[in-house]
Amino acid sequence: MLTKQQHQPIACHQPIIELEEVSFAYEQKPVIENISFSVQERDFVGVIGSNGAGKTTLLRMIVGLLKPTAGAIRLFGEPIQQFKDWNRIGYVPQKNSFNPLFPATVREVVQSGLYNRNKLFKRVSKADAIKCDEALHAMKIEDLAGKRIGQLSGGQQQRAFLARALINNPALLILDEPTVGIDTETQEGFFHLIKHMHQHHNITFLMVSHDMEMIRSYLGQQPKQQSGKIKFYVKHSHDLEDCVETNLTHSLRELRQSMERGKVGV
Amino acid sequence: MDIVTSEFFQRALIGGVLIGITAPLMGLFLVLRRLSMIGDTLAHVSIAGVALGFLIGIYPVGVGLIFALAATFAIEKLRKAYKTYAELSIAIIMSGGVALASLLFTMGKGFNVSVSGYLFGSIYTLDTVDLLLIGIVTAVVLLAVALHAKELFLLTFDEDAAAVSGLPIRYFNFMISVLTALVISVSIKIVGALLVSALLTIPAACSLVIARSFRQSVVTVVVIAELAVTVGLLVAGVWNLAPGGTIVMLLIVILLLLLSVRRRFSAG
Repeated sequence: MLTKQQHQPIACHQPIIELEEVSFAYEQKPVIENISFSVQERDFVGVIGSNGAGKTTLLRMIVGLLKPTAGAIRLFGEPIQQFKDWNRIGYVPQKNSFNPLFPATVREVVQSGLYNRNKLFKRVSKADAIKCDEALHAMKIEDLAGKRIGQLSGGQQQRAFLARALINNPALLILDEPTVGIDTETQEGFFHLIKHMHQHHNITFLMVSHDMEMIRSYLGQQPKQQSGKIKFYVKHSHDLEDCVETNLTHSLRELRQSMERGKVGV
Repeated sequence: MDIVTSEFFQRALIGGVLIGITAPLMGLFLVLRRLSMIGDTLAHVSIAGVALGFLIGIYPVGVGLIFALAATFAIEKLRKAYKTYAELSIAIIMSGGVALASLLFTMGKGFNVSVSGYLFGSIYTLDTVDLLLIGIVTAVVLLAVALHAKELFLLTFDEDAAAVSGLPIRYFNFMISVLTALVISVSIKIVGALLVSALLTIPAACSLVIARSFRQSVVTVVVIAELAVTVGLLVAGVWNLAPGGTIVMLLIVILLLLLSVRRRFSAG
């Protein structure tokens, strides 16, 4: 089991996700049994498992879409039932969950990342529009802002959904098979991009993927933990430079600049 | 053309214009969430309420409204029972509504004529109470949509993302159901229970053909519905046709025109 005692305590390394003996069953059929796991600040955790292993179920429990049948989940140290700070979490669900004919522009989709409980009765402000511009710019999709989301290619759509997840400057990014149905070249670019974000920005990652090669090349050959059919590959934050405090505008601009310098291509 | 200046025609026009705003707006949310058939179902159940209203001598549209609200809750309950066959609940409630309506019709044979007005619409018989009710419903729908436009967009586009953002999903789903029931029950006197679903779904179908953004589609559905309602009422008035049927046929003509224009565009 992974606990924070295993590595050097650094002031900013808080537990971000903690699972304690979590189980889940669909109509008495157990999908996840007794998983205990914790993700520390700035960790990159890759979740690998065969179809039906319960990877997506696990993510859906962590973002509060499903309730575990047993066990406890804590987010940023708080029990999930009391957790209210959802805008600290960016969630990129599996691709193609929307209808390609849906009348929504890329800008409308990206901006919708800002709509949360705190914004219920407020209008979209100038500052919100600027945040949206920054996120579109950082993902190099500002030229596509006025297009219907269904007209974009798979890779472009994925960048739009990543921009939507990044618009709140999240501390935790949860990605569910972000590259399914995208060609290999685009996939590589996408992984470069999130690796770059992990190395240079204060973001913790939890990603379900079927791409063993990418997971192993970045997170190491051996899983840190296996629970049932799910394997967790982890790159701890203490492998990286010291923690950095960043703000959205700054990080997104820097991200774009480094992409333009040719370090990262999508 | 005398009919155009007559009081009953002007009442019809006011009622039609108000419904032309609310019905396609609620319809847009339903269609985008793949719930197109809900409108039809609620309308059929409303008819049972209208028949009961006639039978016991209470304002029929009011009883229809209560029936439509009850139906939305019944659909939700059944949807939970048949999770993976959610559309089954809609089919069950719809046939239940028609069955109940037919029973109530035969119990009160004397009001057959008035009930048929609710099946095919009888916009020329709108009275002050009807108009007042339509006005209130329009104000409530516009207020709710204006206050929550961005949340309704997110909920419609990606319900999971809305839930992860901490939005009160159940409250919004409840709000959409109640508003839809309100709109349908006040619309059936205008276009008729058998046709009300056209006013909800066809403008949305048109907007899927031409609108690029959500904002555009909101404007498109209202503009198209208003066009069909006003032109339809004028045509029906002058040539003495059934107003509800004329409005719906016009909507279909608009949809076909848009589809053929788009085909020509994409071919060229």
